[in-house]
Amino acid sequence: MHEIRSQKATEAALQNLINQVRDGYRGNSPLVVGIHTGGAWVASRLCEALQWAAPATLDISLYRDDFETSGLKRSGTTDRMPQQLNGENILLIDDVLFTGRTIRAALNVLFDYGRPGTIHLGILFDRGGRELPIEPTFLGESLGEEGVGRCKLHGPEPLMLMTPNSE
Amino acid sequence: MHGPAALQLTPDGRLKHLLTTEGLPKSLITELLDTAETFLSSQGQPVKKVPLLRGKTVVNLFFENSTRTRTTFDIAAHRLSADVVTLDIRTSSASKGETLFDTLKNLEAMQADLFVVRHSAGGAPFFIADRVTPDIAVINAGDGTHAHPTQALLDLMTIRKHKGDPANLSVAIVGDLKHSRVARSLVHGLRGMGCPDIRAIAPGTLLPADLAHLGVRTFHHIDDGLSDVDVIVLLRLQKERMSNALLPSEREFFNLYGMTESRLRHAKDNAIVMHPGPINRGVEIANEVADGPQAVILDQVTNGIAIRMAVMAMTLSTQQGSHS
Repeated sequence: MHEIRSQKATEAALQNLINQVRDGYRGNSPLVVGIHTGGAWVASRLCEALQWAAPATLDISLYRDDFETSGLKRSGTTDRMPQQLNGENILLIDDVLFTGRTIRAALNVLFDYGRPGTIHLGILFDRGGRELPIEPTFLGESLGEEGVGRCKLHGPEPLMLMTPNSE
Repeated sequence: MHGPAALQLTPDGRLKHLLTTEGLPKSLITELLDTAETFLSSQGQPVKKVPLLRGKTVVNLFFENSTRTRTTFDIAAHRLSADVVTLDIRTSSASKGETLFDTLKNLEAMQADLFVVRHSAGGAPFFIADRVTPDIAVINAGDGTHAHPTQALLDLMTIRKHKGDPANLSVAIVGDLKHSRVARSLVHGLRGMGCPDIRAIAPGTLLPADLAHLGVRTFHHIDDGLSDVDVIVLLRLQKERMSNALLPSEREFFNLYGMTESRLRHAKDNAIVMHPGPINRGVEIANEVADGPQAVILDQVTNGIAIRMAVMAMTLSTQQGSHS
């Protein structure tokens, strides 16, 4: 396990993301939804900085598309989601964007809550390698198309981008 | 682990089939309960169905009638987006003379992924699990007086949600333990979770002989048995027990063992009262207890769907050959 982005560099990416989101919404706070677990940490920090209500968290494990090859991967809990979405403006937050499959699963979960008005995507680190037509609306830092290999956000305090435990 | 219970685990200890709670390690029971908790959260969504088992075929094989258990397995499979086929075997092949083995081979040929088996003969799901092709999972939905593992797991889930870790609790089971697969599976499950105080309360005619061997203390007087317990599990009294002369009458049973408000006071103040259903009011339980604040009987039903979803997802997940 080694560091890809230090605490300082991760905080700088987070600040960049927060600035963009602040400019993007200009006072009209959306319903912020963080994907469990890294996305939820980023969403909490973002809402704190902008003085918005605490974010909802989303568990997407039952909507993944790799059950056939990888089996059941439990990831966490869904919390603070409204009973029903009906025209809400949603800001979906995740820590690292790669193939886009996690975001696809998250969009499906959101639509099982109703019909959101708009959904924007905020990402802390983009590592390229997309397999679906999904792009962030707000981005902390692009790690470049070359890619950095597998990585994982460590947190919640301090936030740091690392290689996974097994490497 | 040896014997039939080993059949349900892979060599590296993951759940391949669910046949019995006997010998299930605490880590696996905990994983099942934790998984069921996450399914419970998806049950609060307007769309309760999740796409996890899309394209999988679940076959309910009910050799013995059971509306309630079958319905919860149906709902669980549907909520995971699996396709469900229910075969009421009593009215089909078996009555035409086909053997269990041939019925099985036919169903395999229909590319089923999971069998949910209910049978009046103890051991039938083991027989099936031992003979199906390796990519089919088998879940025991009750076999004779032997085991009913999903009921025991939903009871453990309910106990853990209301009272915390069973390793710190006293649990009393009241009623016909001798003929109850629910009681047998619950005792094994509680032992697996490290429950230090399991009590059985019943007349001698309704107590099995091997309870002491399982670390269960027996009581013939209900007030003694209920003293300071955290959890009370009532069992359904089956009417045929009366005709077998094991009990004089339903009224007699209620007078001696029925759960009334005054008896409930012997347990801890915040003790919970459970029952696998369907309840017989005025036989095992008084109205004021069944409708009172300490009864968690309907919560058990809700948890039953989540547990069955978890068991289906975990066994099928193992069948995918994943080691992640």
